[in-house]
Amino acid sequence: MATKILVVAEIADALIKKSTLSAVAFARHTSLPYAMLLLGPGAKAASAEATAFGATDVFTCEDAALVAPLAEVLAPTIAAVAKDKGFDVVVFTASSFGKDIAPRVAAKLGAGYAPDISSVTAEGASLTYKRPVYAGNAYAVCKLVSDIQVVSVRQAEFAPAEASGGQSQVSDVVAAPIDAAAARVQFVDLETAKSDRPDLGEAKVIVSGGRALKEQFSAVLDPLANKLGAAIGASRAACDAGYASPELQVGQTGRVVAPKLYLAIGISGAIQHIAGMKNSKTIVAINKDGDAPIFQIADYGLVADLFNAVPELVSELNK
Amino acid sequence: MKILVPLKRVADPDNANKIKVVGGKLETTGLEWKPNPFDEYAVETALRLTENGANTKARLGEVVVVTVGPKDAESTLRAMLAMGADRAVRIDAGDLDVDGDVVARALAALVAQEKPDLVVAGKQAVDGDSNQVPQLLAEQLGWPQATFAGMIKSEGDTALLVNREIDGGTMNVRVTLPAVVSVDLRIVAPKSVSSIHTAAEHTYSEGPRFAALMAIMAAKKKPMVEMPLAELVPNTFAKIDYVGFEAPPARKAGEKVANTAELVSKLRTEAKAL
Repeated sequence: MATKILVVAEIADALIKKSTLSAVAFARHTSLPYAMLLLGPGAKAASAEATAFGATDVFTCEDAALVAPLAEVLAPTIAAVAKDKGFDVVVFTASSFGKDIAPRVAAKLGAGYAPDISSVTAEGASLTYKRPVYAGNAYAVCKLVSDIQVVSVRQAEFAPAEASGGQSQVSDVVAAPIDAAAARVQFVDLETAKSDRPDLGEAKVIVSGGRALKEQFSAVLDPLANKLGAAIGASRAACDAGYASPELQVGQTGRVVAPKLYLAIGISGAIQHIAGMKNSKTIVAINKDGDAPIFQIADYGLVADLFNAVPELVSELNK
Repeated sequence: MKILVPLKRVADPDNANKIKVVGGKLETTGLEWKPNPFDEYAVETALRLTENGANTKARLGEVVVVTVGPKDAESTLRAMLAMGADRAVRIDAGDLDVDGDVVARALAALVAQEKPDLVVAGKQAVDGDSNQVPQLLAEQLGWPQATFAGMIKSEGDTALLVNREIDGGTMNVRVTLPAVVSVDLRIVAPKSVSSIHTAAEHTYSEGPRFAALMAIMAAKKKPMVEMPLAELVPNTFAKIDYVGFEAPPARKAGEKVANTAELVSKLRTEAKAL
């Protein structure tokens, strides 16, 4: 039975990350009351924005112990807030942050965990989830049979919630005592790619490249991405070969995306790649091989040498 | 260093598009069992952490592989023994009888017996794509976790410096052993893993190592023990109930365009995507 939901927010630079709004969208789909939990540096500043999303409460905690965005550090406080305040559903967005922490919180609470769900159906207090399995070649329908449920939601399947203008109650919560695991992990540093491009999870347009681009991956794709204001993605093959950095990988085991427009450039369309982008609204494929599987799911296919076609496409867009 | 590597067999992931949903049930008929690719990477990682790189036959530590599965899952374990693992444990259960929570609790009980310094696991099994067992296990044990590892450097076998793959970049963390590490794709790149024995200039071949014929023969004699699931976890009740399965909505092939001019025109007027 589900009666009230705790949405765990992810914060960066004293703002709620847009990915969090997919977890809020999940809560709204259920029609159950929900609260938001903001932990770590910037939580109080971010709460001003959070109050506009229709949550009953916005809980904040900026305890110095919560400075690092690590599962061992944050899970005890998330679990304590859920338990003490009677939340029976705890939801994360299935970003790398959510995927890291959610199972740890589930284990702490003795809760069942439904990972990376694509939809939820609520019949009163009973929630049924759907989640893609086998690289999206089937959807599993499942329920959790534990007193507390932990869920992570696929960002590409839950459109970010819009501000609803409500006014949540903001209050501070205390951090749980540091546990043994947290004392044995040390945050060293972040190496984030400096980029003016949108994040892959949030981009409206994605230009994605395959191994065929070789060392010219950026030289060919950058002008097109610049023109379209697009994020750049890559196939696993392009990442493995070192032509693109690993965080650009789109697919079953990389980022799962669903932009308005997805351009697959020199990508043959292995099922693992298709699993990560097939829900895009419009798919364009440019590939030399007319029999490449990517053409079976593309709305528009152009059989051409990408080294000619991409620059041509840029000049066509400039017209 | 003693390392435990949990692994799972999965229906051939390169042919996952042949999976059918019939009457609300999954049919994987005709698909060969393969080791989950990330778990194979975990075995490769464990081997690299217990050798000097130059002599891969000299195991400077111990690598124990474990699976939760039926009798014929032993062939998956044998394949890992042929790669270089020292011994294997099979926790007896049907492939579909357990959820991630039961598996994690069984592994936690096994860790209490085996007392490894480190558990290295794949970040997810590519059938259920749940990405949960390493994290669940770490919490069960009260150990730190370094998930989605792309690089690992052993610091005197008492701590690991781990470069984690996260959205938009990477994060470096240092975990004090014992710990759980889950590995991502980049972990099998030539210079991703260095043990305390690895020479700085050592470079591996890309990917998990192949087993030589001699090693495959030798693996048949390596120890393999079977344990009943109930011996490790008294309560094997799954917390997730899979009610049924559905086929995904089909996406139809669109049209081929003749040139970039036609493409741009269609994107503007037909798809309204620009």
